[in-house]
Amino acid sequence: MADPFLSIQNVKKSFGNVAVVKDFNLDVGAGEFVSFLGPSGCGKTTMLRIVAGFEEPSAGKVLIGGKDVTGLKPNQRNIGMVFQAYALFPNLTVAQNIGFGLKVAGVPKAEAQARIDEMLGIIKLPDFGDRYPYQLSGGQQQRIALARALAPKPKLLLLDEPLSALDAKVRISLREEIRSIQKKLGITTIFVTHDQEEALSMSDRIVVMNEGRADQTGTPFEIYNRPSTKFVANFVGTLNVLEGTISDAASGTVKINAEEIGLKGKLNGSKSGDTLSLALRPEAISLGRKAGNDSNLTGQIADVHFLGSVIRVRVGVGQNVVSLDTFNSPSSPPPVVGQKTEISFSSGDVLVLH
Amino acid sequence: MKTSRFWAWLVFAVGAAYFFIPLIATFEFSLRMRRGEYSFDAYRVVLGDSRFQETFGYSVTVAVFTILLGVFLVVPTAYWIRLRMPHLRPIVEFITLLPLVIPAIVIVFGYIRMYGSNSPLPFLGSARGTDALLVIGYATLALPYMYRAVDTGLRTIDVRTLTEAAQILGAGWATIIARVILPNVLIAVLSGAFLTFAIVIGEFTLASLLNRPAFGPYLQNIGANRAYEPAALAVIAFAITWGCMSVIQILARFAPKSANRPN
Repeated sequence: MADPFLSIQNVKKSFGNVAVVKDFNLDVGAGEFVSFLGPSGCGKTTMLRIVAGFEEPSAGKVLIGGKDVTGLKPNQRNIGMVFQAYALFPNLTVAQNIGFGLKVAGVPKAEAQARIDEMLGIIKLPDFGDRYPYQLSGGQQQRIALARALAPKPKLLLLDEPLSALDAKVRISLREEIRSIQKKLGITTIFVTHDQEEALSMSDRIVVMNEGRADQTGTPFEIYNRPSTKFVANFVGTLNVLEGTISDAASGTVKINAEEIGLKGKLNGSKSGDTLSLALRPEAISLGRKAGNDSNLTGQIADVHFLGSVIRVRVGVGQNVVSLDTFNSPSSPPPVVGQKTEISFSSGDVLVLH
Repeated sequence: MKTSRFWAWLVFAVGAAYFFIPLIATFEFSLRMRRGEYSFDAYRVVLGDSRFQETFGYSVTVAVFTILLGVFLVVPTAYWIRLRMPHLRPIVEFITLLPLVIPAIVIVFGYIRMYGSNSPLPFLGSARGTDALLVIGYATLALPYMYRAVDTGLRTIDVRTLTEAAQILGAGWATIIARVILPNVLIAVLSGAFLTFAIVIGEFTLASLLNRPAFGPYLQNIGANRAYEPAALAVIAFAITWGCMSVIQILARFAPKSANRPN
């Protein structure tokens, strides 16, 4: 990236002897929406808090707009932040909450009121200015928190799992709203989540974090379709893992149980006799032979789940169990447990995990 | 079922009689100043006494300063302990409990030794200095109540997240305490303030040994020399204390409601 707006360089953070963030590097372009995705304890929230200034890094630096802000306090960074627990001030009305940052900054009253009205319009709660936080639902409170964060026109917006405390329906509508407001205002945003669906649906880029490191950084398409590590492949989406042995490295032949498939050009310097983990997304596997699929394996139906429009089938392939989805067709009955079958896939869809 | 209810009511009645009979008897006695009929003469004499007005006024003034000192001391301390030094909480709680186990007379003799007119800090060398020392002493005596009230108030709000939310919006420490923390624990602070007020109004030991014209020594003096007026004063003192407690209850209704605990 030629001129990143936010640059996180070699950041490390330890609490006592426990290293929570290990050598984290990231460049974020202006207006970009980047998600930190990972399981609990992977260091994503700590990294966000370092960007906000609530935690001091043990090493490394954070630059915003080319300026080193590592030593600056949170109130000197001009950052907006939305918290998981809303964190609205209970003693202030909605309008006073949104205007808090403006008042602290000494914005004239008339100008502040105009900005509050504008923000209430953006979050589609124009008549809520006089209410108190306890009179609002969780979704409304989080929208107010977003408006409060955006009102002082921050350079950077940080979202710390803002949807986690909300129910599923509100979560989906609010994530679309957050993304649309972010695009409209063009504000650079870092979003922390452990929910892969949120990260995949909202982000320009995703940083998948594992044990304090960025395992992979890429677009949602890249992260989902070309995971570079076993952790990313397992964490993002459903994944079938098949254990195989290279029978001929030169021709790219891999043996799975007694059957062989060709993976030419995918084995990257592995030797004959090496064992491999091969991963396949459920949607890349077909039940039975299919035109265009160059690899076939035989197995036995282990389990069938009828889910309405989709039928989820689990097929035992030797020691491995493979999960795949087929569309329900009223004219053909679903597979029967115990039935012998074949599964097919394209070798191009196979991910070789390191 | 009926038997257990009978015993419950009996225990309640005995308890109520234990508390109320002396109070009713005191009140009844305070009305007997005029021979052969009930009157409020004792109250008229007490309220009309210039020393009552002076000592009561003095104690109210000292109580106000004690409350201010207590708030300035306790709110930032309790806030900081909750926010940054939770590991120190047991130690601070122990320190705040000390005034309950160390008698006021020990504190006042300590003061006289430490702050006498020949000491490097001669608080006792002037009336204003002694007043200041009295306020500091009362703030110490009220510490267990003030600290607990404020700490309980802080427990009902998410101190850390609210602080961070205010910080990221550009607020400094003074703004955070004045505009975010204090308003949200105001009812708790007021509870502590009224408890402090009640303690200061009736306190005798510190005021008497520091020789200040406070309400406590006046009560003792009247009690030793008069018959009906002390009973009237006791009833007035009760009324003040109950008035303070009622104000706490009324103010609690106006507490800012937390988003997570709307009721």
